[in-house]
Amino acid sequence: MILLDRVSKSYGKGNSGIAPSLDRISLHVEPKEFVIVVGQSGAGKTTLLKLLTREERPTSGKIIIGGIDYDKLKDKDIPLLRRKIGVVFQDFKLLPNKTVFENVAFALEIVGVSNKEIKHTVPKVLDIVNLKGKEDRMPRELSGGERQRVAIARAIVRQPRILIADEPTGNLDPKHAWDVIKVLEKINRYGTTVLLTTHNQEIVNKLKRRVVTLQHGKIASDKANAEYEV
Amino acid sequence: MKRKLITLGRIIHTGVVNFMRNVTLGVAAIAVMIVTLTIVLFSVIANASFTNTIAQITDKIDVSVFLTDQTTDVQGQKLADAVKKLPEVKSVQYLNKAAALKAYERQNAGNAQLLAAISATNNPIPATIHIKPYDLNKINDIKNFLTTPNNQALQIKGSPSYSGSRKAVIDKITHATNVLREIGIISVIVFAIICALIIFNTIQMAIFNRRDEIQIMRLLGASTSYIRGPFIVESVIYGILAALASVFIINSAFVAASSSLQATSLGLFDIGYANSYFDQHFLELLAMQVAIGIIIGTASSAIATRRYLKFRTK
Repeated sequence: MILLDRVSKSYGKGNSGIAPSLDRISLHVEPKEFVIVVGQSGAGKTTLLKLLTREERPTSGKIIIGGIDYDKLKDKDIPLLRRKIGVVFQDFKLLPNKTVFENVAFALEIVGVSNKEIKHTVPKVLDIVNLKGKEDRMPRELSGGERQRVAIARAIVRQPRILIADEPTGNLDPKHAWDVIKVLEKINRYGTTVLLTTHNQEIVNKLKRRVVTLQHGKIASDKANAEYEV
Repeated sequence: MKRKLITLGRIIHTGVVNFMRNVTLGVAAIAVMIVTLTIVLFSVIANASFTNTIAQITDKIDVSVFLTDQTTDVQGQKLADAVKKLPEVKSVQYLNKAAALKAYERQNAGNAQLLAAISATNNPIPATIHIKPYDLNKINDIKNFLTTPNNQALQIKGSPSYSGSRKAVIDKITHATNVLREIGIISVIVFAIICALIIFNTIQMAIFNRRDEIQIMRLLGASTSYIRGPFIVESVIYGILAALASVFIINSAFVAASSSLQATSLGLFDIGYANSYFDQHFLELLAMQVAIGIIIGTASSAIATRRYLKFRTK
């Protein structure tokens, strides 16, 4: 589902002396897997996710996601790629002047889904993330956890095969953080591959999933049913 | 196909909504577009009026060639035929001596004394060729042809001559209208550039105001055309509103000029003709204005969005 082969990313030019953010990383994620990427700030987690969503290009190496070879991907096809990947951000990135329903519907509107289909699909997805009855609320009227669940609903409403969650619990208290993680687990059970980055040791240890640890841009460990060991 | 139509509908809807939200931002763009389109419309109507004025005057002008009595009918007709072949010549009328006399008598039918003097002599009226040019500016070409030694030999002294002595006046009018046309064209170009720059700026500000929304749209996989489309729709609305306003302004100006000034013309500008031209061509002029407004709006916003909404990965 996700394949990275000796991928490097550096921001300095030539021999600038700046250490690469990612250094020859190789990673293979199977379909329906739930993988947690951990690492200290600056370890390269965000860079990794930006490469996967093609916000950035690797300096070297190969990336293939869902059969799409990034080397052959043209700029004009990037929107098509992003439609196949659901992304959840630490800062939610909700549109403040749209309601919960409209925020989720927005992901469908931009790909030309009919209003009828939107009215049918969005309530179902809001039900999955436990936001039934809050369709007409504005983001400012929601708690952090609820906002993050709106963001998750928006990310999964197009039924992507891969969901990338970048520190989705970073701004949440423990209770709301667990609400969000439970939703991610539920989505994974439905068959979506989940790639989660987090700092939260308690979550990592309780989930008992595959954990990839990044250190100084390299994979320090990659273990199944593992615990947090940064 | 259905999805594309739905997307197009949403782009238009978003553009209209954005226009209403940012109407204060668009006021400057609309205002300068109104000025531009009003100048365009006025220039087109003024041009039609000048053309009409010149055509009316030109129609009254001809070149007359008076042939000597030694020139035969065959030679006269041959010269007339040669003149007819000149590209500058609209029409040619050859009158032999008898026909010229008859024409003279018709023109002076009320002057018995003059007619008596003429009939008493042996027809002093020379055979004549009347030539009407297409364009007054080309009258010298005809003159050059007629004054070649072979042709000049067939004519009496003082021929060819222009009917009336208005050539100098007409030249001045033609020159003045040409200058006015050039001023009109230059004004249109200058204002169109100013207009495009202001729309460009307006769209740039609108993009800046909506940068967060645009970033989210990109991350969610919105196509570039879906992001750019509403900005272009917004500019098209500026163009349509400005076009309608310019037509309204010109219409009001004509109403005011014809009622309060009570004048039918202002120098070369024939208000009466311009008014009727405006009425007769109202739909074409309206369509032209809307089309120009849309073109200026679309072009400037397309450049602005292309420049500031580039899809680039680092």
